[in-house]
Amino acid sequence: MTPVCAQISEKPWSEPGVASATLRRLRRDPMGSIGLVLVLLILFCGIFSSWITPFDPLKINVPDRFHSPSLVHWMGTDNLGRDVFSRVIAGSRIALSVGITTIATALALGLVLGLAAGYGPRWLDNVLMLVSDSIYSFPTVMLALTVVTLLGASISTLMFVVIVIQTPAYARLTRTATLTIKSSEYVQAIESLGASKLRIIIVHLLPNVVGPLLIIASMDIPSVVALEAGLTYLGMGIPPPAPSWGRILQEGFGQIRTAPWIVIAGGIPLIITTLGFTFLGEALRDNLDPKLRHVV
Amino acid sequence: MLFYAIQRIGLSILILFTSMVMLFTALKLIPGDPATIMLGSRASPAMRARITEQLGLNDSVVVQLGTFFGKLLRGDLGTDMWSQRPVSQMVMESLPYTLVLIAAGLGWAVLIGVPLGCYSAVRRNSVLDRITGVLSVATISIPSFVVAIYLILLFSIQLGWLPIIGAGDSGNWKDQAIHLLMPAFALGLGWVGYLARIVRASMLEVMGENHIRTARAHGLPEFQIIKSYALRIAILPTITLLAVAVGGLLSSAVFIEAIFARPGIGKLIVDAASMRNFPVVQGGVLTTVFLFAITMPIADLLVAWLDPRVRANL
Amino acid sequence: MQSVLEIDHMSIDFDTGRAPVHVLRDISLTVPAGEIVGIVGESGSGKSTLALAIMRLLSGNARVTAGRIIFDDKDILKLTEDAMREIRGRRIAMVFQDPMTSLNPVRSIGRQMLDIQRHGADGNTASKRSKAAAVLKRVGIPDADQQLDNYAFQFSGGMRQRIAIAMGMIEKPEILIADEVTTALDVTLEAQILHLLRELRDEIGCAILFISHNLGAVAELCDRVLVLYAGEVVEQGPITDIFYRPQHPYSRALIACDPARISEVTRDLPVIAGEVPNLAAIPRGCIFSPRCTLASDLCHREAPAMFEVGNGHFARCHFAEAVAPR
Repeated sequence: MTPVCAQISEKPWSEPGVASATLRRLRRDPMGSIGLVLVLLILFCGIFSSWITPFDPLKINVPDRFHSPSLVHWMGTDNLGRDVFSRVIAGSRIALSVGITTIATALALGLVLGLAAGYGPRWLDNVLMLVSDSIYSFPTVMLALTVVTLLGASISTLMFVVIVIQTPAYARLTRTATLTIKSSEYVQAIESLGASKLRIIIVHLLPNVVGPLLIIASMDIPSVVALEAGLTYLGMGIPPPAPSWGRILQEGFGQIRTAPWIVIAGGIPLIITTLGFTFLGEALRDNLDPKLRHVV
Repeated sequence: MLFYAIQRIGLSILILFTSMVMLFTALKLIPGDPATIMLGSRASPAMRARITEQLGLNDSVVVQLGTFFGKLLRGDLGTDMWSQRPVSQMVMESLPYTLVLIAAGLGWAVLIGVPLGCYSAVRRNSVLDRITGVLSVATISIPSFVVAIYLILLFSIQLGWLPIIGAGDSGNWKDQAIHLLMPAFALGLGWVGYLARIVRASMLEVMGENHIRTARAHGLPEFQIIKSYALRIAILPTITLLAVAVGGLLSSAVFIEAIFARPGIGKLIVDAASMRNFPVVQGGVLTTVFLFAITMPIADLLVAWLDPRVRANL
Repeated sequence: MQSVLEIDHMSIDFDTGRAPVHVLRDISLTVPAGEIVGIVGESGSGKSTLALAIMRLLSGNARVTAGRIIFDDKDILKLTEDAMREIRGRRIAMVFQDPMTSLNPVRSIGRQMLDIQRHGADGNTASKRSKAAAVLKRVGIPDADQQLDNYAFQFSGGMRQRIAIAMGMIEKPEILIADEVTTALDVTLEAQILHLLRELRDEIGCAILFISHNLGAVAELCDRVLVLYAGEVVEQGPITDIFYRPQHPYSRALIACDPARISEVTRDLPVIAGEVPNLAAIPRGCIFSPRCTLASDLCHREAPAMFEVGNGHFARCHFAEAVAPR
């Protein structure tokens, strides 16, 4: 994993003006600007999807099936006559909610476990690291397929899988930061003056570790969205009729000769989301703090 | 050197062991009766009893764990309940297809990505460097199955040049190669970008070091400096990073095999998972975990072979 | 006497994105064939830049704004990169300061030395290997034949520096540039290296450009000395002239401040007051005038030219003659 160096305790993230300075620098970076625009686009679609879908994404309308893209149906209709564009927009809500919820949960969990590993007894650290390494030793999709086999395909299984996969990385980062802070001279000094561990964690550790964690987490969103879409494509993810982008791709692939627009429509939002978040994450990492480039 | 190898392998074995225990425990922890889950609720009590007996689910947990590892050490991955064939046989049949796919995908990624990364480092901020930079990030982030689907749309549906399904007639290597083109391309595309990035970063670091300046002062040709002096050193961390990333390669291979209906281990697992055929899923996943686990020590050994400093410290 | 290298009024700027830094200004120097010429100056005086400029190995943001470097009747600043590569390592060679990082860590010493002896015209691999072994032996590496297959990290700092010198000498260059080659070594090793350099010069007849901030080493080894301050040559001449009859206040201060010369026990070491000027904004007048105890209005107003004090002894000072100690 990426090493977190001692510099992490030198640059407090709660410094005023960091956010606006970052935004300014981001605007100057072409990749960052593009990323920001794409992310905002997807966020907009996700949040306001109920209001901006021209048709009901789930409404089956068989007489209208297989219309190629037109002014009425911007992305055409699928094999059941549903408006593809509406399904794509609705899919953004699914993708974002799954992505953000699971990563947020994994972050919280990873934070707690990392703190436990860093501050707790040695055996706990060893056990947690062994478990985390073992999870790492599974290729992501293999692990997901195993869990789905055991628990059945559903949205909760999917979210469970993602959390299991993502938590070790965050736990490890937190653990390294904890160990670094714990042994830094500054903390040893204030500890000897009577500062409690809790205070050290809240005041000194968390502000410094939250920043890099957030950046890494935001760069994990595209892979989580892609995993969800991929698993749903295979039929192992979110069950129908939910219009996940993976579902649209799967249904579209079956009609690829007769109605290729469905498959094209399904892929575009995935590309926009993954590109957008990755560009933004990269630009953030490059522009936020040159020292952090070694951390993140 | 031998002791080093043993150490690395030992650590991998420990992690592997833990993974398998976790896998085993997972099966025990799921709600409901495993037999019912695998057979569906409409299975007859007789079938359920047979499966339960076959999987040894009536024995105590310790006995089950012991049997599990005993079988593993003998290479017995269990039996597929549907076909009654040994899982290990099914795995061995499908593994070559996956290995070929991975080799092809990674192969072209290395052939294009490493020189691209070198060039980007040497001609920093040139047009090609900037384009490569953006394209690298783009190709890394776009999911490989989307690439695969779009490739099929273009080359199979629109142009009719390339076949979609399968791995080609066995024995006919030309046919197999044609069937490999799109899958390997889709698999490797993200890796070209990734390799270009890490090689570029590594090369930039090495090229700034003093010994490169000395090599120039000796009047050595620039090409030799890049290839034999800089790249030779820069490639070492790249090998390690690649080993870590093999897991991602195996994951992507699952999607690619499913889309192109290639009879590899990925497809084996996916088909089994959709039928909740746990023994096959378990056997297949364990095999990939094992493969993944041995890539790290192999990479370390490769680095040790290439880097005399590591050799000397062993 | 034939001069093997001549630098003719060379000036070099570094582009930093803000104002350009005038690192070297109006440098002129002559290296007679077979002589050891020392270049002394403090850190930041431009010594290494000078060395790298001769090799044309300066970083991308360096610009030669004036002057020529004449080698073999040609201005090497105008040569193509290919032509320059022919010269590097074969006719002009360089040894660097830090032996721990200046040798390739993953390539054996022998292979590096084979690489330097490129152009197959001079024999096959076996003969090149024995030539390399012979040079290694000459610089004092025992078991040279076996050591060819070893790697840099298997040698100590002193040995590595010898190997670096061997690599510099293997093609019998006309000039060897030694950039602070003893700075990272202890006194005993330094003495050995200096001795080695002199012997090699006597045997091969090459000129040596010996760059250092250690006056003692320069005094021991060199035939001529150049004193560099803040990018300018302030004094140059034969070794005895410079050390016994320094004309420039800076040279005199340098020699007086040399700890080796302190004759009485004292708490305070002599220092030169003030700081090196900002090279992005060169002040008017003599470059040393802000720190010079003898500075007059003329010094602050007008930059002095090089004034010949004696036979081949030059100083850039208005008082050059007036302050000469008798």
